[in-house]
Amino acid sequence: MNKLKILTKGFIKENPVLVLVLGTCPTLAVSTQASNAIGMGLAATVVLLCSNIAISALRKVIPDKVRIPCYIVLIAGFVTIVQMLIKAFAPELDEQLGIYLPLIVVNCIILGRAEMFANKNTVLDSALDGIGMGIGFTLALFVMATIREILGSGTWLGMEIPVLIDNNISIMTLAPGGFFVFGCLIALVNKISKGKAIRKDDFSCRGCPSAAACGKLKSAEGGEGSEA
Amino acid sequence: MEELMHFDFKGLVIILMSAVFVNNYVLQRFLGICPFLGVSKKLDQATGMSIAVIFVMLLATAVTWPIQYYLLDPNDLGYMQTIVFILVIAALVQLVEIVLKKYVPSLHAALGVYLPLITTNCAVLGVTILNITENYDFAASMINSLGSGLGFFLAMVLFSGVRSRMEGGDTPEAFKGLPITLVAASIVSISFFGFAGVIEHLFS
Repeated sequence: MNKLKILTKGFIKENPVLVLVLGTCPTLAVSTQASNAIGMGLAATVVLLCSNIAISALRKVIPDKVRIPCYIVLIAGFVTIVQMLIKAFAPELDEQLGIYLPLIVVNCIILGRAEMFANKNTVLDSALDGIGMGIGFTLALFVMATIREILGSGTWLGMEIPVLIDNNISIMTLAPGGFFVFGCLIALVNKISKGKAIRKDDFSCRGCPSAAACGKLKSAEGGEGSEA
Repeated sequence: MEELMHFDFKGLVIILMSAVFVNNYVLQRFLGICPFLGVSKKLDQATGMSIAVIFVMLLATAVTWPIQYYLLDPNDLGYMQTIVFILVIAALVQLVEIVLKKYVPSLHAALGVYLPLITTNCAVLGVTILNITENYDFAASMINSLGSGLGFFLAMVLFSGVRSRMEGGDTPEAFKGLPITLVAASIVSISFFGFAGVIEHLFS
């Protein structure tokens, strides 16, 4: 695979949020405002880039059996660094993101990329993959936050939008709006790609770090493959 | 002793009720969405997963709260919170699995498959961190964890019912699978708005 392809596949073709359906929790939670979405996206991108580089560099050192705990420690370290940086230089963002900032640790995108990509590929490739996936995550968050902010509060990046500001649908910024917009966006991706993007039998399983445990669950229940 | 015996009963009930209904972890705070979407298809799986989550949440809070206040804070290591908590949770889940396997095999057979999924469940890490940021004392933290777990249970069970009804429905092609599940989750989430006033008028 050439380098450019590794970088760009995360933008649309394998978008971590809309196609691989990973990291749903932060996507739903921080997409109420476009500015929050960019902040969260960048924070996750930095963590993803660092963790991908570190894990790829250490892939021959980390024993296979304890790799997941090792990855979690590495990722938690980078998250703490990003957390401290944001607290120091952008305290407002820290307040807005709140609990979801430390929760980047358990964001499936990061552990998922470590499992799927970084532990099999070179450092450069992993770094490109990290940047690409991070940008894809940020893009998806930004699109979702744009829809929710414009409809929900009638503003965009803090700018007021003439007619909508007086006719805002406030439920869009609340929890139900998040689920609804996310569902519609995935349906749109489905429609455009004619159902090829998300194969129904394994949504979110390809990149999910707990796929093995989940598979056990399904086989215990009679081997039914479909999840959604 | 007198002081110890005096619990703020009203406060605890309010924390419990708001954790279950108003600030429901799945439907209002968006924590633990992956198991909510992945394991809610069948009622027995949804129940098993939720019981495992409640169990691990309570255990994790019982361990992380003292760690934060007796180990991290006195030594000025508050910034280590994220790393320490996730490690404790991961170790705890492993330990629970080993103990259950050895001493309570029947329970292990029922819950064992769900336990590995819980390590990376953001609801568990979320509840332990929120207990600290909300400045709850130990009793309140435990009640909050119990409430959060019960809220997760309630959402999972309700939603598995909704999904079993949805299976026979005639869904548009593009919405099949995940999208319609999310739209259904949105409607279930709206229904929880009905609880908003309950807490305010609980004791008035």
